[in-house]
Amino acid sequence: MTPETFEPKILAFCCHYCAYSSADLAGSMRIQYPPNVRIVRTPCTGRLETEYFMKAFENGADGVLVAGCLEGGCHFVEGNLCAKRRVNYTREMLEEIGIEKERLRMVNVSAAMARPLADVIIDMVKTVRKLGPSPIKRNGSLKQESRK
Amino acid sequence: MIVAQRKSIPNLLEIVKNHEKILVLGCGTCVTVCLAGGQREVSIIASALRMAAKLKGLHLQVEELTIERQCDNVFIEQAAEAIERNDAVLSLGCGAGVQAIAERYTNKPVYAGLDTTFIGILEERGIWMEKCAACGECVLDQYGGICPITRCAKRMLNGPCSSSREDRCEVNPERQCAWQLIYQRLKDIGQLDRLRAVKPPKNWNHSQDGGYRTIVREDHRI
Repeated sequence: MTPETFEPKILAFCCHYCAYSSADLAGSMRIQYPPNVRIVRTPCTGRLETEYFMKAFENGADGVLVAGCLEGGCHFVEGNLCAKRRVNYTREMLEEIGIEKERLRMVNVSAAMARPLADVIIDMVKTVRKLGPSPIKRNGSLKQESRK
Repeated sequence: MIVAQRKSIPNLLEIVKNHEKILVLGCGTCVTVCLAGGQREVSIIASALRMAAKLKGLHLQVEELTIERQCDNVFIEQAAEAIERNDAVLSLGCGAGVQAIAERYTNKPVYAGLDTTFIGILEERGIWMEKCAACGECVLDQYGGICPITRCAKRMLNGPCSSSREDRCEVNPERQCAWQLIYQRLKDIGQLDRLRAVKPPKNWNHSQDGGYRTIVREDHRI
């Protein structure tokens, strides 16, 4: 599969108070972003635990994007800062496992930043497309295997 | 509580690579509190092992289970069926838990997934600190509740040494001098005169001398 034909599956955990609204705004403003992202709305990125990211990769995600509020602007004061630390911890663990850490990324946007969010998604898709399919998925995801 | 930390994923994979079905067994007590071997960590480590094994081309099935305590027979029994249907156990309990499981299931290999590190407390969020060396003969009563064995780098019973700077330890300037803390604490509680007495060498017979230690309580034996 060449980088041109590979369509990555990227899971985007979007905070209800910023990135989710900004994705909504992108829609209203007719701003295009690649359809490779599957958006999951979360009450706050601070709700996300390490195992969520692990399960995403285990079940065949090529990339995971965590989109939280701007630093200092979290609705729950410091949920996005907690998420940042967890994302960094998980990135280290992914390296230990043998998965490129670039497949997991955290970004900070506000509810009005539709264009920057779209740019971030475009960049993430580009990065993951360059990396190729997740090494876990190359021979069928673990979940698919367990179904056999 | 007992504080532990996980081994690296490549290290864990090396430990279990010769098995096809393993049980990652968590413990709901100390290692849950220190975020090393509870239900959540079992889930994370199991996921990581499944992925790492797949990338190495190994066939590894990983089952997850967490029991309330790995150092207690009543709870260990609850893992019997899961242990039976797997080839080996990767215990995320402390060293005591690992050995307790291994002793009860003699036909199964039981491996430690954590490095058990010390007896300590959560100092602040995400930071655990050693407080007790389990030396077997507690001297805290003489030092205002601050343990010179654990917290002084030189384990001095008659301190401080001459090299501490301000309130910092000579061995590691990032750490507070235990003897400064002891002095301050004894001053605060009006017991500074305790420092006038020269302490004799500590009797280490109660510590790790001569193999493992046991405590027998006849009044509790059946």
